Amino acid sequence: MAGTLAEKVWQAHLVRRGSNGEPDLLYIDLHLLHEVTSPQAFEGLRLAGRPVRRPDLTIATEDHNTPTLDIDLPIADLTSRTQIDTLRANAKEFGIRLHSLGDSDQGIVHQVGPQLGLTMPGLTVVCGDSHTSTHGAFGALAFGIGTSEVEHVLATQTLPLAPFKTMAITVNGQLPPGTTSKDIILAIIAKIGTGGGQGYVLEYRGEAIRSLSMEARMTICNMSIEAGARAGMIAPDETTFEYLKGRPHAPEGADWDAAVEYWKTLRSDDDAVFDAEVVLEAADLEPFVTWGTNPGQGLPLSASVPVPEQIADENERTAAERAIEYMGLEPGTPLREIAVDTVFIGSCTNGRIEDLRSVAKVLQGRRKAENVRVLVVPSSARVRLQAEAEGLDVIFKEFGAEWRNAGCSMCLGMNPDQLAPGERSASTSNRNFEGRQGKGGRTHLVSPLVAAATAVRGTLSSVADLDLPADVDLTTFDGSPLSPLAAPSLV
Amino acid sequence: MEKFISHTGVGVPLRRSNVDTDQIIPAVYLKRITRTGFEDALFAAWRGDPSFVLNQDAYRAGSVLVAGPDFGTGSSREHAVWALKDYGFKVVLASRFADIFRGNSGKQGLVAGVVAQEDIELLWKILETKPGTEVTVDLEARTVHADDVTVPFQIDDYTRWRLMEGLDDIGLTLQREDEISAFEAQREAWRPRTLPAKHLPSVPVEPARPVERTA
Repeated sequence: MAGTLAEKVWQAHLVRRGSNGEPDLLYIDLHLLHEVTSPQAFEGLRLAGRPVRRPDLTIATEDHNTPTLDIDLPIADLTSRTQIDTLRANAKEFGIRLHSLGDSDQGIVHQVGPQLGLTMPGLTVVCGDSHTSTHGAFGALAFGIGTSEVEHVLATQTLPLAPFKTMAITVNGQLPPGTTSKDIILAIIAKIGTGGGQGYVLEYRGEAIRSLSMEARMTICNMSIEAGARAGMIAPDETTFEYLKGRPHAPEGADWDAAVEYWKTLRSDDDAVFDAEVVLEAADLEPFVTWGTNPGQGLPLSASVPVPEQIADENERTAAERAIEYMGLEPGTPLREIAVDTVFIGSCTNGRIEDLRSVAKVLQGRRKAENVRVLVVPSSARVRLQAEAEGLDVIFKEFGAEWRNAGCSMCLGMNPDQLAPGERSASTSNRNFEGRQGKGGRTHLVSPLVAAATAVRGTLSSVADLDLPADVDLTTFDGSPLSPLAAPSLV
Repeated sequence: MEKFISHTGVGVPLRRSNVDTDQIIPAVYLKRITRTGFEDALFAAWRGDPSFVLNQDAYRAGSVLVAGPDFGTGSSREHAVWALKDYGFKVVLASRFADIFRGNSGKQGLVAGVVAQEDIELLWKILETKPGTEVTVDLEARTVHADDVTVPFQIDDYTRWRLMEGLDDIGLTLQREDEISAFEAQREAWRPRTLPAKHLPSVPVEPARPVERTA
């Protein structure tokens, strides 16, 4: 029978098919842990006297709570320090591999899996973090789980789950210059809404998706959850295999050949039926920014803050009124006129080496706008080391940005990197919820290119607003205009 | 887990849509390592506002939350469920829930019942015109009763059965241990293992230091 990509991966992990309304029991190939959602799960195991079934399919890193300055000093916040210490003690007690702060393999959990070559096509990947959907970019079925489920996976390496529905999201054509995969996903969320993907696995397909690099694909899958979908997937292809080959945990020799042969079958059959379909034309896209307090409240940068009176749906109108008030905006203001206090470049959405390279291309030889704070935070220590090897850190510092150590940083208000009440940011992260980046903080979600242009001008801007040389290609992310810097190597 | 058959308690109208998990419990409260004691963190940003519904005497002791669509969107934090439970909520009703939140609720004995938006509006009206009205949520019959109104709610059969029996998921799954082992025996060799660890050579990572703010 014809199947979708998601259905094929699901089928391959069925320990037991449920009957009489009972859910299926699914085997989990890779379980990622971090300090925030794991302590109560380990405590549960300890109380029940249960071991971790497969420490060899489990890996932990420190990311949410960790500071991005002074990582060699004790963590100043006592509760944060306790949580980190708890993870370290649990990893030791249960025999789990942990990459701690200061280790060159430490970083945001969704960067660590791919860069080590642990994330592969055809896997089931879970983590107590909703942005686990990131790993779907490899053709894995990857989704966030709660702490009870973390405990369940630790104890049994399985999860009871009711099957998802499937939604095909086809993006035709090619992205215009100055737009990125971030603009694709923001446009999708604005189109289908924050609840549009509820109950679905999204499969991104079409020419625009196929043309994207692995890292750009990760950005798209990362934000599937912001459309309400637990998982987003992209069928693996040569781009995927090329990214994986030679990474530390990638299969070798005959195993590699067997894996690739199987991975090539991981695509939705031509006659597969999806429960829902959405189509976008890439050529129509512009740089997208959010104006409100959920990721679905986004518009092209050339638009203006909505006027609530013009919104027909009552719920949407009330939500828009509340959002505009919280964001401190005037209805009808052109988005390009909004001035920001802080620009944050980083997170599991857009803190990878390609993001940093494209930002560096824009910032090279410029100075940041006065009164704007610019934070550049690599998603992992390896990304930081790679960026430094390429000299990107020098470009950032000369621009006037702060170059930080790896972590979740200002994506969420859990570590010292936060917005002050009323402070406004242009952020390459994934959520613009009230208080997400710090109590009272106001967040505009943007692509790395928009973040960079905004850091130059001080108001929400696209690279088209800058006098860039005509021959700089910002869409390919190959790092080439950065010569004479060192050529990129594997991160 | 305690069995849940039916519950009667004060209904709280929360007239907001898209109540995300950062509103239910801001990230700053997630640093705790316990499973309890999150009652102070529930809706922390809104609790300072005297007009917020839970700050009104009639609703303070509420245990049935009636919310707008897309409740629990955003992060996977189960702390959102713990905070609602620690405050005293036994039931949340909305016309749409985020998937992860709904799953987490089921694991923790919090009933997340899906009620048609027009019935939510009806319940809001009752709870707002007669503050302190008690609501009865009957899980067996899948109905919500308030004042003279009874409306149905949806919850999947399996979650309902588990909640009514008060069953622990892990215990249930471990009864399938032989099937899990059989599945493991036929997994392909290329599937990754995190141990023994393989990685690129270790390189010292320089700590970043603050830079001068020009502002």
